[in-house]
Amino acid sequence: MSAVALTVNGKAVTGDVDPRTLLVQYLRENLRLTGTHVGCDTSQCGACVVHVDGKAVKACTVFVWQLEGANVTTIEGLAEPSGPLHPMQEAFREHHGLQCGYCTPGMIMTAVDMVNRKGNDLDDPTIRHELEGNLCRCTGYHNIVKAIAAGAKAMGKGQAQPAS
Amino acid sequence: MSATGIGAAVRRKEDQRFVTGKGHYTDDVNRPGQCCAYFLRSPHARARIRAIDSGAAAKAPGVLAILTGAELAGDKVGNLICGWMIKSKDGSQMKMAPHPALAHGMANHVGDAVAVIVAETLAQAKDAAEKINVDYEPLPGVTDPAKAQAEGAPQIHEVAARNTIYQWHLGDQKAAEGAFNAAHHVTRLDFINNRLAPNAIEPRAAIGEYDSGSDGLTLWNTTQNPHVARLVISAFVGIAPEHKLRVIAPDVGGGFGSKIFIYPEEVVCLWAARKIGRPVKWVSDRSEAFLTDAHGRDHVTHAEMAFDVEGRATGLRVKTIANLGAYMSTFSSSVPTYLYGTLLSGQYDIPAIYCEVDAVYTNTVPVDAYRGAGRPEATFVVERLMEVGAREMGVDPADLRKKNFIKKFPHQTPVIMNYDAGDYHASLKKALEIADYDGFGKRKRESARHDKLRGVGISTYIEACGIAPSQAVGSLGCGVGLWESAEVRVNPTGSVEVLTGCHQHGQGHETTFAQVVAERLGIAIDNVSIVHGDTDKVQFGMGTYGSRSGAVGISAIVKALDKIEAKAKKVAAHLLEAAEGDIVFQDGKFTVAGTDKSAAWGDVALNAYIAHKFVGAELEPGLKEGAFYDPVNFTFPAGCHICEVEVDPQTGESEIVAWTAVDDFGTVINPMIVEGQVHGGIAQGVGQALLEGVVYDKDGQLVTGSLMDYCMPRAHNLPTLKVDMTTTKSPSNPLGIKGCGEAGAIAAPVAVINAITDAIGTEDLAMPATAQAVWQALQKVNSRRQAA
Repeated sequence: MSAVALTVNGKAVTGDVDPRTLLVQYLRENLRLTGTHVGCDTSQCGACVVHVDGKAVKACTVFVWQLEGANVTTIEGLAEPSGPLHPMQEAFREHHGLQCGYCTPGMIMTAVDMVNRKGNDLDDPTIRHELEGNLCRCTGYHNIVKAIAAGAKAMGKGQAQPAS
Repeated sequence: MSATGIGAAVRRKEDQRFVTGKGHYTDDVNRPGQCCAYFLRSPHARARIRAIDSGAAAKAPGVLAILTGAELAGDKVGNLICGWMIKSKDGSQMKMAPHPALAHGMANHVGDAVAVIVAETLAQAKDAAEKINVDYEPLPGVTDPAKAQAEGAPQIHEVAARNTIYQWHLGDQKAAEGAFNAAHHVTRLDFINNRLAPNAIEPRAAIGEYDSGSDGLTLWNTTQNPHVARLVISAFVGIAPEHKLRVIAPDVGGGFGSKIFIYPEEVVCLWAARKIGRPVKWVSDRSEAFLTDAHGRDHVTHAEMAFDVEGRATGLRVKTIANLGAYMSTFSSSVPTYLYGTLLSGQYDIPAIYCEVDAVYTNTVPVDAYRGAGRPEATFVVERLMEVGAREMGVDPADLRKKNFIKKFPHQTPVIMNYDAGDYHASLKKALEIADYDGFGKRKRESARHDKLRGVGISTYIEACGIAPSQAVGSLGCGVGLWESAEVRVNPTGSVEVLTGCHQHGQGHETTFAQVVAERLGIAIDNVSIVHGDTDKVQFGMGTYGSRSGAVGISAIVKALDKIEAKAKKVAAHLLEAAEGDIVFQDGKFTVAGTDKSAAWGDVALNAYIAHKFVGAELEPGLKEGAFYDPVNFTFPAGCHICEVEVDPQTGESEIVAWTAVDDFGTVINPMIVEGQVHGGIAQGVGQALLEGVVYDKDGQLVTGSLMDYCMPRAHNLPTLKVDMTTTKSPSNPLGIKGCGEAGAIAAPVAVINAITDAIGTEDLAMPATAQAVWQALQKVNSRRQAA
């Protein structure tokens, strides 16, 4: 077993895990944070994207023991539980950027990271290029691209700050 | 139109939970005492299973049970079945081979499950699986449908000589022959409709749980139709009687047809749960999904269209070999027959059509309905022939289509369908305008200046939705009725719960169904809840597929609402001390005609339950009504998609530079959601045309077995889409709805291929039209030019 100690959505968590436990398994099975999804086994789909120390990471690509002391934010930690939605969450809702909802948490976490790196004025080719690590089978990406452009702008207006 | 009623782009009620990570999918469910199942699968396309030695594995840490096909047979667990009986042209029944949930004796495709390991943890189950020794005798197999019927080909199932499941036909062979004999021009094409892997982003999952106290079983399952699952698992597989089996389909992450079917894993989880006495959970990983989720398409087709001297299509002949894989999946037989041959008239008045379909077994994953299911294949046939015919005859493809459009409705085609309404000129005209079809030549010259080849492709598609009139499908061999049911429950406080047999897995029913109810009852949309996906809550249903939820599911709700209104008027009459015939219900208010006496919706709801003013047994307390709706006809959404591409002749790479879609879906409840359905359908169609294709090697190994090898459309593969609509209402259901879920996937592939072939100047191009395929086609054109 491996000892782990990290921060998830602002809370310190510790425990002993099987060394082969991936971050996504730890989040889903140990912490019951089931908003982070598993859509593949080759790190292609992006349904499991979370933020580790403020950067987008596919949670199926790291063992949890590698994250000693790290600060992890999941979709559940993006906005205050009783407060308004994060502007990117709100933009996905407003622009119908989701259908079945399964890829959505990974899409939103990727989108917030995109804004953190690329700024608030994102054009269509930039967004489409930056989404190469996230698959959606429902939307044809059309409304996801619209949602991210709008969410990026809303984040710039200081309606809320990214939580990570 | 109210702000939340029919026609309003209401933002979705379900999104709050999905954008915050609070969705509730099957893999998010964990039951007390739950253990994990892992399936050991055949690495061979075809092999005799001589023996399975699981002695060492059974002693591995955490292992609770290792079960094989022998135990399954010993427990008399029934086979999975195909529910649509197709007859061959000689009158014989289709040849359905046994499909046990765990292979017994023979494994028939790579991925066929031969044993299940149940352990405390998934890691322990996987570790134990490595200790199982299966003694296989590998045998030659066949994966190519065009070779499956050859003399000397390995026969996969005893019941099916030459691997032939049926030899079906439809239409009038003699009339077609006459048309071809008299033809001025004949266009002939051979093509393959490429095999696809559905790839809903949520992999399939199942949890079986047994309660010895009630002797009941519960299945949590990623299904599009929980009631159909319950029916098949109880009536045919025989795991539990219907009244002792509860099927729960919570949030489901996309289906596209692949989650309609009853799969081995869900049967095994239930069976194992009862044997072990603990809940058993299985979650597919993506590699398993490629090996087990029913694939789509896979047709080999020869098609020819006869034209008269005026360019009118006078005849159509089609011969298709359809690959159904190693076993017949739940609705597999209907896809290349009644969902395909019946749509071969397209939007055209073609007097003579004859279609022959041979369905074959191969050593591949079973093939069944995938978004569009037969209709994309039919549209590909008709729209390729129309496009190529126009090019061969030197006429504009849009003009040739106009000349052949059906203009009067209802229209009886020679292939069963009776189109009830449409205006094909209107959708074509609007699409040509939006796409600036007239300006294409200028854009083509502009592309040429940048050394790019530009092409335009049209697809004027039709589909049959609203599946389906029970009497009609029954006469064609379907084993079930395809009605839908609904129950409307008005609570004493006036809020409303609507129980529907439809199931949402991305469609947004919790919003659109509530829009219909809120408008009809004049109440706030937030006071309406849509309940679905649990056989213990919703009594009956046939599920969601074939773009049926609007045309059939909503119609059932409307029928129940009619009954609610009738009963509520009786209650209002008592309350207002007026004659029932004088009560008028409008905008959520009951008034006595010609007076100022009225009662609000909430008052009537409350009085229905307190019943203080009801006299004797004349009126029952309560306000709850149910309805079954059986459609009188299919519905016929249709439209026009125009794709424009730029091809780089140096690399063969095709870029879609513009997309116009003009669809006629009849009445639209929520245009935002409908447009989203069109976008998604187009993406899947573009995927089929440019990127996706399941590949088996000569030994039957699945080469495209992961998302590293199977190319899914990504954001940069798609352009911004221009989506618009025209409207003719369906006269076949109360709201005039036609359905929208599959249109994009039906229209798109042929629009792309028509565009690329226009750009590169050859019709000889297979799907997926990868850069390599297009480049090779271009080399052939160039060498022909040089030789000439």
